[in-house]
Amino acid sequence: MRRYARRGREAYNQKILTASWGAVMNLEKVVFAFFILLAATLNFGFFIGDIARPELHSIYELFAAIVVSLIATVLKFGDRTQIGAIHLATSLVADLQLIAAAVTWAIAVHVTEVGMTVHVTSSVVSLSGGALFANIVSVVILIIETVMMRR
Amino acid sequence: MDSMGNSGSVFFLILRRMRVPLIVLIVIYAISVLGLTLVPGVDANGQPAPALSFFHAFYFISYTATTIGFGEIPNAFSDAQRLWVIVCIYLTVIGWSYSIITLLALVQDKAFQNVLVNARFARRVRHLHEPFYLVCGCGETGALVCRALDELNIRFVVIESREARVQALDLEDFKTDVPALAADAQQPGILEQAGLGHAKCRGVLALTNDDNANLAIAIAVRLLVPDLPVLARAESPMTEANMASFGTHHIINPYARFADYLGLAIEAPNSMRLIEWLTGLPGQHLPPIRRPPTGKWIVCGHGRFSRPVIRQLADHAVQVCVVTPEPGGAVAPGFRHVAGLGTEAVTLQAAGVEQAVGLVAGTDHDVNNLSIAMTAKDLNPSLFIVARQNWVANEALFKAFEADFTMVPSRIVAHESLATIITPLMAAFLAEVRRRPDVWAADACTRLEEVCGGVVPLVWDVEIDAQSAPAIVHQLTQGPVSLQVLLQSFENREEALELVPLLLVREGASMVFPETTTALCAGDALLFAGSAEVREKQRMALSNANALEYLLTGQDHPAGLVWQWLTARSPRT
Repeated sequence: MRRYARRGREAYNQKILTASWGAVMNLEKVVFAFFILLAATLNFGFFIGDIARPELHSIYELFAAIVVSLIATVLKFGDRTQIGAIHLATSLVADLQLIAAAVTWAIAVHVTEVGMTVHVTSSVVSLSGGALFANIVSVVILIIETVMMRR
Repeated sequence: MDSMGNSGSVFFLILRRMRVPLIVLIVIYAISVLGLTLVPGVDANGQPAPALSFFHAFYFISYTATTIGFGEIPNAFSDAQRLWVIVCIYLTVIGWSYSIITLLALVQDKAFQNVLVNARFARRVRHLHEPFYLVCGCGETGALVCRALDELNIRFVVIESREARVQALDLEDFKTDVPALAADAQQPGILEQAGLGHAKCRGVLALTNDDNANLAIAIAVRLLVPDLPVLARAESPMTEANMASFGTHHIINPYARFADYLGLAIEAPNSMRLIEWLTGLPGQHLPPIRRPPTGKWIVCGHGRFSRPVIRQLADHAVQVCVVTPEPGGAVAPGFRHVAGLGTEAVTLQAAGVEQAVGLVAGTDHDVNNLSIAMTAKDLNPSLFIVARQNWVANEALFKAFEADFTMVPSRIVAHESLATIITPLMAAFLAEVRRRPDVWAADACTRLEEVCGGVVPLVWDVEIDAQSAPAIVHQLTQGPVSLQVLLQSFENREEALELVPLLLVREGASMVFPETTTALCAGDALLFAGSAEVREKQRMALSNANALEYLLTGQDHPAGLVWQWLTARSPRT
C-alpha cells in the first residue's frame, strides 16, 4: 500500500467504494422497485376487506394508491427495452383501473349523491382489485428482471 | 446517436427527459389535494365544517394550479384552508414552471435537435418512391453533380460532413425536394439511414475531398449492398489501387484522368474531342478543339497533378523541363530540372520558355498558376498553356485569362461520374473510343455534331426489357423489329429523330454505331445521344404499342375494342 502516493490512494479508495456500491445497489433501481412495490402494497391495503363495506376501504388509501401508481408510471417512461415496455403497459392498466375507481366514487358521492351503497362500494373495490392484479404482474416482472440480470 | 433513426426515439427522448418534472408535478398535486382534504372548512354561518372531499379538492387544485382561478368553491374557505391554499399556489407554480423550462431546454438541446433532424431525414428518404442516387460529400464536386442530377430530373440524397454546406444546399433552387443530412458518411449507419439498401437506390457516389472517407464509403457499400454501383473519387494512386482491390465499380482520379486526356489530346485530338462531347454537361457549349503541340514543354509544380502529366508528356515523345522549388533529386531522372516557382521571368527563361511550345501551370495555388501562365505568355505569346484551376470559385479569373486547356479537378470528377454512373454503357463506349484510331473519332464527331449542333448532347441508355420497353418486347414475340423504329418520330414516320445510336450491347458483345437495319433482341442494351425532347419521343415507341404499330406499318390502328370491331367490319380504304 505504501506504493500509492496520496492521490493514488484516494483514487484507490474511490475505486473500492464505487465498486462495492455498484455491486450492491443502483439508486435508480432502488427508487424504481420502491415505487412499484409501494403501488402494489397500497393498492392491496385498499382492496383488502369485505368488498361491500365502505368503512373497510379508506378513500385516503385509494388516493395514495393513485398517486404512487402515477409516479411509478412516469418512472417507467423512456425505457426502450422489451421488459420496459411491458412494465409501462401494466402500470398504465393499473392507473386506468384506479382512476376509474376514483371516478366511480366521485360520481356516486358528489354527482348522483347515492353515497357509498353496497353496489358502489363493491364496484370501486373491484376496480381497484383489477389494478391490484396489474400491480402484481408488475412486481412479478420486476422479480424476473432482477433474476435475469443477476450473473 | 446512430440507432436513434426513427421518429419513435424522439418520443422516448421526450418521455425520458420529462420524467423528473412529471413526478414533481404529481407529488405537488398529491400534497396539495391531500392537504385540502384535511384542513377543516367553515360554513355560511361561520360554524366549523368538514374539510373538502377529494373530488372538490382535486377540482380546486386543478384550476388553481393552472392559474385559472374560479374562486373558492363550493363554499367560502376558512382561514386555515386559505393558509394551505397559499402554500399550494406557490408549490404548483414552481412545479409547472419547472416542467415548462425543462421542455424548452429540451427543444433547444443540440442532441434533441439532431435526433429530430435525423428522424425527419430518414423519413424523407424512406418515402422516396423514385430511383435516386446517394451523393456523399457536397463540396465543389458534389455540388456540381447535384446540380446536374437535378437538371436531368434525377432524384438524389446528400450526406455532407459540414453543416454550413448542407445549409447552403437548402438555398439552392432545386426542382425536387432533396433530403440532405450533415453527418459523417464514413459511418455505415448513416449510409443506411440515407438510403443504402433502399429498394430505389441506384448507386452511391463517394465524392468527398478526403480519400480515406471515400475509401470507407466504397468498402461499406461493397460489403453491405454488393450489387450496387459505387463510384469513388481518389486523389492518390495508393487509394486508387486500394479501391480497385476490393472491386469498386468506378474509380476516378481527376489528376490521372486529366493527364490521360492531355496525352490523348496530343496523340488523338479527335478522340479527346469525342470524349469531351460525351462527358460534358448536357446543354453546355464546347469551345473549338485545340491540339497541344509536340516539342519542348515546361511543367511548373511537382505534386500529384504534375507527376502524371509529366509521365504522359514524356510518353508522347515530348521533352519536358520541370520547374519546382523542391530539390532536383525529387524529379525523375531524365528530365531537366530548374529550381524555383516559375512565377518569375528569370526562372522561366532558365527553363527555356522562349524555345518551348507548351507550358503547364500545375501548382496547387491558383494565383501562382495564373501568375506563371501570364508571365510565360508575355515571354512567349505562341505558347500553348495548360492551367490548373483548383477552386471553382476562381472561375472568373481563369475565364479572363483564356488558357488553351484549363484543368478543374472537381469538374472532371463531376462530369465523369455523371457520365459513368447514370449511363452505365458510357464507360464501355468511352473505352472503345480510346481503342479506336483518331480518324474514326473524327468521323464520329461529325456525326454527333450534325445532330446536336455545338451543344453537348444528352446521352441515355435503353434496355429492351419488359420494364422499360414493353411495346417492343411484345412486338418481338410476333416478328422482328429493327433499330430503325427507335430513330423515327412517332408523329410522322418520315421524320428522323435527331439522335445517334452510339452502342448496342448484346450478350456481352458490343457493337459501336449499330446499323439502322440491325434487328433488335430482347435483352439488348442501347446507348443514344440526342436531346431530352427526342428522348421523350423515343420513349413512345418503346412503351406505347399503338405508336410502335404506326412506326412499323405506317398505319394508325384503332386502340379501343369497339373501334377495332367497327374497322374490322368495314374494309380499310
